[in-house]
Amino acid sequence: MSAIHVRTTINGDAVEYVCDADETLLDVLRNRLGLTGAKEGCSTGDCGACSVTIDGRLTCSCLVLGAEADGAEIGTIEGMADGEDLHPLQRRFLEHAALQCGICTPGILVAAKALLEHNPKPTETEIRFGLAGNLCRCTGYDKIVRAVMAAADDMRRA
Amino acid sequence: MPLDSTLPNKREFSVVGTRPNRPDGVDKVTGRARFGADASAPGMLVGRILRSPHAHARIKKIDTSKAEKLAGVKAVVTRADFPDQTNGDAALFDILYNIMAREKALYEGHAVAAVAAADAHTAREALKLIKVDYEVLPHVTDVDEAMKPGAPVLHSTIFTDGIEPKPKKPSNITRRYEFGHGDVAAGFKRADIIVERSFKTEATHQGYIEPHACLANVGPDGQGELWVCTQGHFMVRDTCARLLGMDISKLRVTASEIGGGFGGKTTVFIEPVALALSRKANRPVKMVMSREEVFKATGPTASTSIDVKIGVRKDGRITAADATLRYQGGAFAGSPVEFGAMSAFACYDLENVRAIGYDVVTNRPKQAAYRAPGAPMAAFAVESVIEELAKKVGMAPIDFRIKNAAREGTRSSYGPTYGPIGLLPTLEKAKQHPHFKAPIGRNQGRGMACGFWFNFGGQTCVSLNLNNDGTVALSVGTPDIGGSRASMCLMAAEELGIPYDKVRAVVADTSSLGYNDVTDGSRTTFATGMATILAARDAIKKLTARAAQIWGIPAEAVTWEKGSAKPAGSNAGNFPPLSLAEIAAQAGATGGPIAGHHEYSADGAGVSFATHIVDAEVDPETGATKIVRYTVLQDAGKAVHPSYVEGQFQGGAVQGIGWALNEEYIYGKDGRLQNAGFLDYRIPVCSDLPMIDTVILEIPNPGHPYGVRGVGETSIVPPLAAIANAVSAAAGVRLTSLPMSPPTILAALDRTMAAEEPGTPAGESSRMGLAVAPYRRQGRAGDRRRQRARAAGPAGRGLSRPQAAARARCLGRDRRRHLPRRPARAPAQGQRGVPAAAHGGRVSSAIRAACAGGSPHPPC
Amino acid sequence: MRFERPETIKQAAQMLAGEKGKAFILAGGTDLLVRMRTGFVEPDLIVDIKRIAATRAIETTASGFRIGAAVTGAELGEHAKLKKAWPGVVEAANLIGSKQVQGRCTMTGNLCNASPAADSVPALVAAGAKAVIVGPKGKRTVPVEQVPMAPGRTSLKKGELIESILLPKRPARSGDAYLRFIPRTEMDIAVVGVGVSVTLDAKGVCTDARVSLGAVAPTVLLVPAAAKALIGTKVDKAALDALAAACSAACRPIDDKRGTREFRVKVAGVLARRAAEIARKRAGGK
Repeated sequence: MSAIHVRTTINGDAVEYVCDADETLLDVLRNRLGLTGAKEGCSTGDCGACSVTIDGRLTCSCLVLGAEADGAEIGTIEGMADGEDLHPLQRRFLEHAALQCGICTPGILVAAKALLEHNPKPTETEIRFGLAGNLCRCTGYDKIVRAVMAAADDMRRA
Repeated sequence: MPLDSTLPNKREFSVVGTRPNRPDGVDKVTGRARFGADASAPGMLVGRILRSPHAHARIKKIDTSKAEKLAGVKAVVTRADFPDQTNGDAALFDILYNIMAREKALYEGHAVAAVAAADAHTAREALKLIKVDYEVLPHVTDVDEAMKPGAPVLHSTIFTDGIEPKPKKPSNITRRYEFGHGDVAAGFKRADIIVERSFKTEATHQGYIEPHACLANVGPDGQGELWVCTQGHFMVRDTCARLLGMDISKLRVTASEIGGGFGGKTTVFIEPVALALSRKANRPVKMVMSREEVFKATGPTASTSIDVKIGVRKDGRITAADATLRYQGGAFAGSPVEFGAMSAFACYDLENVRAIGYDVVTNRPKQAAYRAPGAPMAAFAVESVIEELAKKVGMAPIDFRIKNAAREGTRSSYGPTYGPIGLLPTLEKAKQHPHFKAPIGRNQGRGMACGFWFNFGGQTCVSLNLNNDGTVALSVGTPDIGGSRASMCLMAAEELGIPYDKVRAVVADTSSLGYNDVTDGSRTTFATGMATILAARDAIKKLTARAAQIWGIPAEAVTWEKGSAKPAGSNAGNFPPLSLAEIAAQAGATGGPIAGHHEYSADGAGVSFATHIVDAEVDPETGATKIVRYTVLQDAGKAVHPSYVEGQFQGGAVQGIGWALNEEYIYGKDGRLQNAGFLDYRIPVCSDLPMIDTVILEIPNPGHPYGVRGVGETSIVPPLAAIANAVSAAAGVRLTSLPMSPPTILAALDRTMAAEEPGTPAGESSRMGLAVAPYRRQGRAGDRRRQRARAAGPAGRGLSRPQAAARARCLGRDRRRHLPRRPARAPAQGQRGVPAAAHGGRVSSAIRAACAGGSPHPPC
Repeated sequence: MRFERPETIKQAAQMLAGEKGKAFILAGGTDLLVRMRTGFVEPDLIVDIKRIAATRAIETTASGFRIGAAVTGAELGEHAKLKKAWPGVVEAANLIGSKQVQGRCTMTGNLCNASPAADSVPALVAAGAKAVIVGPKGKRTVPVEQVPMAPGRTSLKKGELIESILLPKRPARSGDAYLRFIPRTEMDIAVVGVGVSVTLDAKGVCTDARVSLGAVAPTVLLVPAAAKALIGTKVDKAALDALAAACSAACRPIDDKRGTREFRVKVAGVLARRAAEIARKRAGGK
């Protein structure tokens, strides 16, 4: 299998890598670039733990080939905080105890950020449907929904 | 939030009970936390497992020669690489057989061989080159079918234990259990109304989002390291060392952050295989399960078939309760039927009660613990009958429960007599809750149910080291699965009298601390928490001694108050208090480092009860169910970090919602699992649910210095029944099998429509008509019972009366310890089939065996 | 395995036609990558069509809309004009998978995956959509219902690919709707799907209708008998009853892990009734 050379941007930084033609973006991020914040929960697009943004669009990185990322702008959990400052969503997740084991947390934060960028004042129902692609088995989602609502409030005030 | 106590002398806390951010929080919201699959090592190989495509097959030959020759393949292992070194320990042998098939593959997905290769491509290609010669055998996956005569027998070595005389023919029934007291037949004679029903529940999976993963590294000197996501790294170390013939001291296991477990990570699957590959290749080997492998080859919980019969007088008092529970736990002994039978009637104050359990093997993956193993299914059956009985005697179900509820002094259905317990307070609180009084809408029904779980203590070892700046390094040995490090820091800070953020807790590796049992049985906040408090007290003793030394007064003349040493009284001298930081700063000059330790086998885990209320809406045209409102009321003893207690309540309730409505293992006629993925194994998604309201009650556990009870498991016990009661009320027909998926509900509705005579008035009378379906089920259950009686032969007769009495006595002997400390399941440990009384009065088997999948423990 | 990103549809067709091994087209990849990952397919060539401009655009034309093969569900949902004209089609496409999947999945992929349970296909069939197919021998346009032949199999020949999907102009006083049944509220595959499109006259009488069913037969069905039940009526209760009966009668489902035969037959009628009511309201009917 011949390797493919890819030039992309990840969290604002120019990144180059080579990958196999059938390698997923998730594998590239985790195994080649050491960005293990995106998690592999299913590899079929059903759990959302590997959520990233590509050119601003939320997607499962397990459903994208590494080769497709050429020329794209990728956003991952590792780029969510601004230096020392946590993103309001990250802060609110901590304060609301919106995580238990934490494996789904990076994917949910990336998805929630994308949700709030499209809809700064979501209702509870909109949050619930917006996050339906992110499975969490620990929390029952209650505290996650509350944390997203609180963060949305923070961001509107900011 | 209302926090209640039945004890007047409630302790005041300064730190415990607050809601600070967790110490591992920032790592987890920034993607920095390292889970099982997030580690790597130089020269690392990729490990992959070849799995049986057959549900049941004799493995005649395995030819790995072609795979071994493939470039990039560094090691191949099969059963030949796992010689039996279990020395007659049957439970350990089952684990060995489960991690790598021996003479037979016992379920689809059973590991048959494994490779370690330079990359994933090569590993995948190598698996294709391994030739396995199978002789396919008839299979059985249903619990009732597996008990029938003529069913394919999985093991020629299983002769049902717990019955006299022991059967001479092997069967799939590994053991019969019986719990209870009084005279059930006499009790039923006194009953005015009797309800008898049969129930079935499908197997469900814990559904943790993180697949099993590990990184193994073993050198030719026999020393090894293992990084693994597990609920118990000491268990992993001991089990792997014994399976592979290693010295325990030569294997260091580090627990990664763990992405959920719920009991499913209390045993080993890939870990010994990765270690064997690494040893053979002399290279690090990383193994990560796919989601399909997680479903097919880890440990879901049992599917069950349960009969319940309860009799009641017109005044609403229960006169007798009887249940027969049949649980299949996959291809090996150890379904949680014992806990099902013990817990089935634990919520009630009963004069005559009996619960019989049968542990059955089938061609499914070996079950592992799943949150309150065995109890939710039993509660589903019992609480469904309770609801129906209440209506038949004309009482509100909540009043019926209050009238019959177990309370302090009640002799429990499984033996011990209860101390202070929280069932009545949760019921009374439920009755006052706004949810209980709120109107319900069209097509909606309200249900409720109670639930019980034993909770557990177990072996625990904690170290607490004081740093010279007055901060504290706390080392615990129980993996943190849902925020326990925060709770440990809170308890250490409370005891030492210092701020929460001055304590930092870590989960230490197996070389840094004494043995700790796995994080299970809702034990960590209780047992590790108590060890932390006692380690802090040990440190305080040393701190006061140092202060005494500094002041030149006797150690007994110094007390510890609010984080400082003080002279005990004016007689002791007039010294200004010395803070922890001040004493720690001088530690080097006053005798060296200061540390507190505690190691013990924790006793006194208080039992826990909950009451759940749920409103469900059923679309009568499609059978679709929506959970509209949900309230959990549970006794926490003392909520150390209330946010995470609420989180446990909510998480358990939602797992229960999934179990009740949509989750199930679906097998084809070929014995293969048809829904091994998150698309068709449908765990609840965010949009399926309402907010989950919680009420924490605090009835202190006398067995813990702060009154803590475990909270993690009880919350999954009531939901199946509560939702079944709500859905049955909404649909007007009693649902007796899980999951209550839309086709099931619609079919039940259609059956009742068909059963209804034209012109039957609506309302209650139509509901009576609707009960036709369950009665029909009963007929079938009767057939099943007859067949089973034939199948089981003498098994049906059960324990002789003297044996049962001896057993009941020994169960009742230990009031404080609601669960025994050690497992006693394996014949090698001299337990199987022998009345418990012969072993010093311990309840046979234990949470350890079921939760740890029979992890190795010293014999009783 | 090779990975190619052609710039024109012609190049893409040539690559596909010239490949001796197994060639697959990649647009959103939400089905293809899953099948690769689970070992169902092992491609020798993957042709990513997203660099072909024609596949990326939604165009308003004189005869309606041209939707490029690589237009994602999310992009459909953001196209106000299309959403106004064919709300049922857009809603159906937006039901595929999660928000994450919506960022990638395409209606053309949904069609070519040839699953009987594809959400967007019954809506497209009801809307009278056509597929523009490009191959070594040039272009051809076929009704979408002629693309899937059996589960996982299409009528596309070697070297052919769909460039775009054409939706007709919305006739006056018409409306469409798609409803599906899933056990959860999201993330499931349809157990039953129903697409309905109706046109009314000034008096509210249905003059034209198309009804399509998903997940009740090996391919998505166009059900003329169901349409007939609506045409000439005011889509009133009697017509809806007849519609439901016609839909249930058209079902040829199987028992599987997602639902039983009986369930599918019954719920097809229930959903048809509900979808028709929505379509009628959208057409301005009462």
